[in-house]
Amino acid sequence: MSTHETLGAGLSLKPQHFDAALEANVAGVWFEVHPENYMVDGGPRLTWLTAIREQHPISLHGVAMSLAGERAPDAAQLEHLTRFASLVNRIEPALISEHLAWSNDDGVYLPDLLPFPRTQAALIQICANISRMQDALGRVIAIENPSHYIRIDGHEWDEIPFLHEITQRTGCGLLLDVNNVYIGARNLGFDAHAYIDAFPAAAIHEIHLAGHSPDPTLGDALLIDSHDAAISPEVWSLYERLIARIGPRPTLIERDDNVPSFDELLREQAMAMRVLDAQATCVLETHTHTHTHTRPSAHETLERVS
Amino acid sequence: MNVTTTNFHREFASALHASHADFHDNIAHHFFAAQPGFSVYRNTVVKGWIDALQGNFPAVARLVGEEWFRAAAAVFATDAPPTDARLLLYGAAFPAFLEGFPPANELPHLSGVAELDRLWTLAHLAIDEPAVSADSITALAGADLSRVILQPRQSAHWHHHATQPIFSLWHANRFAENDATIDLSDIATRGEGAIVLRPDQAVTSHPCDSATIAFLDACRDGQTITHAAASALAVAPESELQHIIATLFQIDAFAAIRFL
Repeated sequence: MSTHETLGAGLSLKPQHFDAALEANVAGVWFEVHPENYMVDGGPRLTWLTAIREQHPISLHGVAMSLAGERAPDAAQLEHLTRFASLVNRIEPALISEHLAWSNDDGVYLPDLLPFPRTQAALIQICANISRMQDALGRVIAIENPSHYIRIDGHEWDEIPFLHEITQRTGCGLLLDVNNVYIGARNLGFDAHAYIDAFPAAAIHEIHLAGHSPDPTLGDALLIDSHDAAISPEVWSLYERLIARIGPRPTLIERDDNVPSFDELLREQAMAMRVLDAQATCVLETHTHTHTHTRPSAHETLERVS
Repeated sequence: MNVTTTNFHREFASALHASHADFHDNIAHHFFAAQPGFSVYRNTVVKGWIDALQGNFPAVARLVGEEWFRAAAAVFATDAPPTDARLLLYGAAFPAFLEGFPPANELPHLSGVAELDRLWTLAHLAIDEPAVSADSITALAGADLSRVILQPRQSAHWHHHATQPIFSLWHANRFAENDATIDLSDIATRGEGAIVLRPDQAVTSHPCDSATIAFLDACRDGQTITHAAASALAVAPESELQHIIATLFQIDAFAAIRFL
């Protein structure tokens, strides 16, 4: 059974929750970190992460590879990739992911996940970057769908076929951020349900759930992927719809700002586990049903052959 | 200029970095400026830079207050944005920037305090090294000190200010409770140095004098104890070298003792 079929619901790991995370004895739990915060020579950060890794599965969720950059990576970005690979070797993460975005402008690091036109040229460049990353890490990675705030002219591909094509060309998986879908749908005016229903199920290695907030000036006309609030009912609803279609997948409760108590995060983790467990039971019942009533017996097969 | 698929990244970055007035008035940025959502990117990028600096320089931020700090950080970041995605390393040039920042002219200690925040980060992230125990100082008894080199641990960094009590100011602000009032009446207005290092997992910090700094500089240069002692005495002829060396052993400043 592959990793993405065995992990339950995980949490973003925050330094203030280190002791609680270490001792957490919670069904299905795992922890996700941004690898950039652990690309260091030594000291307590690596000690913390190693200690957590001894107790729980870890996911490395990169934010800075700039896979959708305009050009091939420069020397500094290749060094960054080497540091990423060292961390992978050290931590042996259960999951590794990055974003369909860019964040490097001529050597300047832009701490955001920036959009781009989905052209044929972009597809080729991104696939080369993903393949380079997978080769360096010796691992398959998952690529996350972005949140959207602006309209861009010149797309030659819709987003879902673009992501699907990337998986076909590079063998990578996908990380479906349900909150990003909801925000993008609200900001750009597409149908979130249709997007969730069309997302290629077999490629989904991981799911992200997070809270969002309205723009301080524009209000609900512009939703921001702020990761600073509880997951909204609309996002939970999309998540339940997704899991009902594709079955259980590792699901992260993503929280980066206005971080509540560990117990509060565990409540959301438990909600996600209930959705996953309900569907796991469904899947099991369907399989049992299949075995009992429709799978051809050896005898039947022989009869057909003869 | 039209934003096309081939110049998209250039035009996007240009609009991202444009000043507020240029962004809204320059026709070149119209495609992005016409969409309110683009401000999310402009705000997020600059906020990310400033947040990183505020996290990396907490004593400076506490000294000057959040509003002053973030305004200064915005000026610095616009001029010297990070080139490494590991934002915990961002701000190596921030102490020097504060030294020459006109609004900080009335705060001559600020750059030194920033330097100590920076040294704390370097110690925090440094490689793990085995310790030379404080007892190892006995190995020096009777040794020919012109043939012994003390190797400072890689996490150890030090800094001295000729006229400002930077260690006392930094320490009081770095480790004070959020809402505590800092009593500066006991802090003398004199030069002060500091050693910041990580013997094991926790960073430690210690005040020190200029002779100790000179001694450590010579040690890091790979000079023998005899030469390092001469450097210390050249700075402060009345220094008690035995006391300096004993203190450095007590705080676990050394990773190795090498006998030539």
